[in-house]
Amino acid sequence: MEVKSELENKELIRLEHVSKSFDGQVVLDDLNLVIHENEFVTLLGPSGCGKTTTLRIIGGFETPDSGKVIFDGKDITSAAPDKRPLNTVFQKYALFTHMDVADNIAFGLRISGKSKSYIADKISYALKLVNLEGFEYRSVNSLSGGQQQRIAMARAIVNEPRVLLLDEPLGALDLKLRQDMQYELIRLKNELGITFIYVTHDQEEALTMSDTIVVMNQGYIQQTGSPEKIYNEPENAFVADFIGDSNIIDSIMVRDKLVSILGHEFTCVDTGFGNNKHVDVVIRPEDVELSEARADALCGEVTDVIFKGVHYEMCVMAGGFEWLVHSTKMFPEGAKVSIGVDPFNIQIMNKPASEDEEAATENDQN
Amino acid sequence: MIRTKKIRNLFATPYLSWAIIFIIVPLVMVIWYGFTDSDGALTFANIASIARPEFMKSLGLSLLLSLISTVLCLIIAYPLCMILTEKKAGKAGVVILLFILPMWMNTLLRTMAWQTILEKTGILNTFLNFIHLPSIYIINKPQAIIIGMVYNFLPYMVLPLYTALSRIDDNVINAARDLGANKFQTFLHVTLPLSIPGIISGITMVFIPALTTFVLSQMLGGNKILLIGNIIEQEFTQAYDWHLGSGLSIILMVFIIINMVVEAAFDKSDEQ
Repeated sequence: MEVKSELENKELIRLEHVSKSFDGQVVLDDLNLVIHENEFVTLLGPSGCGKTTTLRIIGGFETPDSGKVIFDGKDITSAAPDKRPLNTVFQKYALFTHMDVADNIAFGLRISGKSKSYIADKISYALKLVNLEGFEYRSVNSLSGGQQQRIAMARAIVNEPRVLLLDEPLGALDLKLRQDMQYELIRLKNELGITFIYVTHDQEEALTMSDTIVVMNQGYIQQTGSPEKIYNEPENAFVADFIGDSNIIDSIMVRDKLVSILGHEFTCVDTGFGNNKHVDVVIRPEDVELSEARADALCGEVTDVIFKGVHYEMCVMAGGFEWLVHSTKMFPEGAKVSIGVDPFNIQIMNKPASEDEEAATENDQN
Repeated sequence: MIRTKKIRNLFATPYLSWAIIFIIVPLVMVIWYGFTDSDGALTFANIASIARPEFMKSLGLSLLLSLISTVLCLIIAYPLCMILTEKKAGKAGVVILLFILPMWMNTLLRTMAWQTILEKTGILNTFLNFIHLPSIYIINKPQAIIIGMVYNFLPYMVLPLYTALSRIDDNVINAARDLGANKFQTFLHVTLPLSIPGIISGITMVFIPALTTFVLSQMLGGNKILLIGNIIEQEFTQAYDWHLGSGLSIILMVFIIINMVVEAAFDKSDEQ
């Protein structure tokens, strides 16, 4: 499936065939990625998927074994970190604990030899931007996690980088603060008008903030697209499973716009998968519609009900599969229900290659 | 509450007794001997005797040699520790072990080894002659004592420095590079200031034993070079003048306390 970028902005960073392994363990395998100017890109994936390594390669802290990093048309693959027009907000902030807040923020400016008055202006501007006015002479050790995080941001942005790299910057904060900081980051991004490359394993963070999400797993990019696209049209079972809860069901595509799920035929909108082909079907829990049991539909029994505030989370055993259902309408445990899904909410995905081959050989034997 | 406190006090008793018997009592004895004469009358003569030219010379030489050894240890240990912290933990551990391995051997034995190396017809000169270089004579000279000090006390510099340097988060170094600092600027503005606690413990742990040593100077200085430690030792074991020996010990203690106060001040100003 071809993903068209909705951003008209010009290309800023391009990773070409980047591979990297540590001690024989492949972390990135032939990775290609394009990042545009003024884009909020999130590299999303479980730990060990290569997202942080990708960020470190862009930042210059790792050199790829092969491949190129192109920045604004120039090859910067082997440029030292201090020679790159980008700045990083590190995981756990990496502040200079032997300096106060002002000296931390001024570090980059002093190195580049800016005037005293310029530096003073920049410090107060940056502190205002991150809502920490009056913190100039505080020791960084006396700050809370959220405050340290903001100082790390301020320290990076005073240098007016064209790209800000953020390595799980909210990972160490508690839930409420994390949500507040997400809005802060979006605001900062809009005020600064620069490119953000953000690394996280938190799918909610990614969906909230990003223009583009790059879902990664085991050194490969699984899918690139807008949050809506990634959530509503996952390209494979990994993406569907990783982004939000989902019911992933082994099914057979009978023909175009008709899929057989657990022995029952459902109308869908997808075409071009061929006839009688094994596929994965993804149905989000909120898209499963429960109703009183009817003889002609896929029927099952509610096995578990949990009240979640906004909705009820129910487990329904139907057709030998345990369905996860989110609904505002509650069916009690033990109730007989039938399952319906709007054709637009059925997402069909090809099986991963290896299983496809297995299916093919099975068909041959038959 | 009261019960746990009582139990805690009970457990503290052995340590407290230890401190009283082996630290406080000897210290009080040294001070008492230092400020009295053989009749037990109060006097400052023992303390004032440091003004004697031969004692002043020894004290000056002790301070000078300890200072040089400490600086040499720092110069040798710092680059080593920097290289080691960049290495993988396993490899660094082996090298650190090699450096502290001599600590497992007896000091006398190690110093005797240096005697045979540095002797006029020792290993060093045999080797130099073998490659047609002139012999060097440093045994029984201050240089030999410095070599002995550096060799013996280097591990005490390496260990705290390595600990301090390996505690610095890699990303803090990366952050400095990321903000535009080159390798040297990163070292000057980030690595060096963050390693000051290690430098200070290293200096203390080398300077104090170097200042008070008498074994090294005796064995490598051939009784020709008297450090303040040798003078004190002689007063106790040969002249049997415990009063004078204690007086000189107090002087030495004052220098050690000054050293520690200065370093503590450095450490504090760094934290702010």
